[in-house]
Amino acid sequence: MDFDLSEEQRLLKESIDGLLTDAYDFDARKKYMKEKGGWSKALWGKLAEQGLLGLPFAETDGGFGAGAVETMIVMEALGKALVVEPYLATVVVAGGFLRHGGSAEQKAKYIPGIIDGSKTFGFAQLEKNSRYDLFDVVTTAKKKGSGWVIDGEKFVVLNGENADTLIVTARTKGGQRDKAGIGVFLVPADAKGVTKKGYPTQDGLHAADITFTNVEVGADAAIGDPENGLPLIERVADEARTALCAEAVGAMDESLKETVEYIKTRKQFGVAIGSFQSLQHRAADMFVALEQARSMSMFATMASDFSDAKERSSAVAAAKVQVGKSLKFVGQQSIQLHGGIGMTMEAKIGHYFKRLTMIENTLGDTDYHLRRVSEGGGLLA
Amino acid sequence: MDLAFTKEEIAFREEVREFFKNNVPPETRRKLQEGRHLSKDEMVTWWRILNKKGWGVTHWPKEYGGTGWSTVQHYIFNEELQSYPAPQPLAFGVSMVGPVIYTFGNEKQKKEYLPRIASVDDWWCQGFSEPGSGSDLASLKTKAERRGDKWIINGQKTWTTLAQHADMIFCLCRTDNNAKKQMGISFIVFSMKSKGVTVRPIQTIDGGHEVNEVFFDDVEVPYENLIGEENKGWDYAKFLLGNERTGIARVGVSKERLRRIRALASKVESGGRPVIEDPAFREKLTACEIELKALELTQLRVVADEGKHGKGKPNPASSVLKIKGSEIQQTTTELLMEIIGPFAAPYDEHGDAGSNESMDWTAQIAPSYFNNRKVSIYGGSNEIQRNIISKAVLGL
Repeated sequence: MDFDLSEEQRLLKESIDGLLTDAYDFDARKKYMKEKGGWSKALWGKLAEQGLLGLPFAETDGGFGAGAVETMIVMEALGKALVVEPYLATVVVAGGFLRHGGSAEQKAKYIPGIIDGSKTFGFAQLEKNSRYDLFDVVTTAKKKGSGWVIDGEKFVVLNGENADTLIVTARTKGGQRDKAGIGVFLVPADAKGVTKKGYPTQDGLHAADITFTNVEVGADAAIGDPENGLPLIERVADEARTALCAEAVGAMDESLKETVEYIKTRKQFGVAIGSFQSLQHRAADMFVALEQARSMSMFATMASDFSDAKERSSAVAAAKVQVGKSLKFVGQQSIQLHGGIGMTMEAKIGHYFKRLTMIENTLGDTDYHLRRVSEGGGLLA
Repeated sequence: MDLAFTKEEIAFREEVREFFKNNVPPETRRKLQEGRHLSKDEMVTWWRILNKKGWGVTHWPKEYGGTGWSTVQHYIFNEELQSYPAPQPLAFGVSMVGPVIYTFGNEKQKKEYLPRIASVDDWWCQGFSEPGSGSDLASLKTKAERRGDKWIINGQKTWTTLAQHADMIFCLCRTDNNAKKQMGISFIVFSMKSKGVTVRPIQTIDGGHEVNEVFFDDVEVPYENLIGEENKGWDYAKFLLGNERTGIARVGVSKERLRRIRALASKVESGGRPVIEDPAFREKLTACEIELKALELTQLRVVADEGKHGKGKPNPASSVLKIKGSEIQQTTTELLMEIIGPFAAPYDEHGDAGSNESMDWTAQIAPSYFNNRKVSIYGGSNEIQRNIISKAVLGL
């Protein structure tokens, strides 16, 4: 049992914290958000230069062979700095599909572009009525010759507008909510029949609604078994949820720090408002919520090594429940303790609240995951 | 970062489990599972079994009978003890006065008291709280005046847990009225059989008798019963209370109770099906299990940190353990109440339920719910813990 970082992990943390301290203060973030596509290619290049985009990939694929702990370190740092660049969509999600399900050819074709920062990805999964159920898929992939034809509509695809390649879940057989018959496909974003409607999201990221009309792809577009892709999708989704938990911990950590700093300096009635016990106790409760979330973020991270898929997903779901509860409390109370200034677009604190709120609603919210753990027989069993 | 225990630690856990399975008297275990009070005999019998094994005072230095275990081993031992469940060693002797004596006492005191704490030849109680001094402990008024080679002690203590069984008391007494309130306090130990000591029971809302008022009228105590230096008692009390908070999360206790909740909720029916099949109930139970998992990991983080950097100062993160640990314990008793619903009502006035089959397991559920309101009050109320976090951690 050990909660310490290794020497290498500590260096990684220092390096990404250092990079973001230098290059990602609140003003820099605003500037990056105004660039074409809504994020900074230059900053993305810096992440690539430091090897951060290649972390989780095997050394034989040109990466560093790092594990879940390294991803946690990076995501926490990205959460602290409110980074808008598409690390989750590209490195964690697309990277996850390629690492766990990709053929040697697919790895050779796509991974180098992720590592050197030249290519980004989007995960086209959400449908009009699927909500958080990953197996609820109406979009179809029909066999045509040796390849596939994809038809359907996907929504809120993060980085969907800018991605070079989309990873699309589509039904190869069965009905809307059948667990079998789902495939995962690599689709060039500029393929014929792909229409994108891009927009900014509440938290300053970019997403797109994407329509696929008779989109033809080759046999090599399918990642893994096109008739039984759900276990792969669930595994990658669990890694993404785990990464989101770490990002939320980073954002909560910084949100609490900013709030404590603010109530130490903000004066009313001639004294710092942080001298009032009602505010002190609120801040103490925020600390409790943060530490409980941090513990569960670590738990989910370490669960990625669990060999039993059910145990792994139950641990990750439990983490998402705790993090969801904590982020709501910390996010809301950060605004409350800032008072009016917390309501302004100009202050950074509200942007943490918005990012945290969107994390809650990504890949399953608190109630959804609570139900999953509950229906799976609880956490002690 | 690695959650798994080492092979040695797992072997140790097996050894501990095996020992409990073979040595905890079954009736004692059953009573604990049902939230009943144990008799003095039942407790002492078990503690002597534990002490014979060499596990009575596990965390003491080896020279006084401790085990020399790692922090992780201590953690495993306590978890297994709580979740078996078996009675925990008497905190007042083993975790509180014992460490004060071997840290601040003289050789004679160590020789006289420590072996008798370990063997439970002396049952100790704690004379800290007073009617006017709860969270503001330093305002205490019980007075010890020096007269020749004696102390003359006058005053009143309250909330004295299990004083009705006690042979000895460790007491904070005011020995200098002129000093600042923290500076004029001494730490004095004496026999509960001394002339002038009166114990009066306080019945708590669950109907139980755990706590007492203790009165001192001109109690004569040998001067040598002072531990450490005169007027330094507040330092020793802070040291002692720091020890009290580690392990206060009581994760093992809540784990055991959650297992019991699942078992009972599978038996008791509501709306034509077992309570456990009611999604609303099950989600509340699951939410509690998740909170407990988070707490367990938070506790492990504190334990791992202490293992690395030594105990030193009490870790302010232990306030998180106290707050969350007490809230979860209280939630578990609420869930039990929900399961039995209207059958919570019968009050077993004499504590002898068991003859009536339907009351056998329900009788203690409401009392346990009432009784557990104490856990967010004692050991530094949760509001005091929030003060500690806001000052020591957040710097407010």
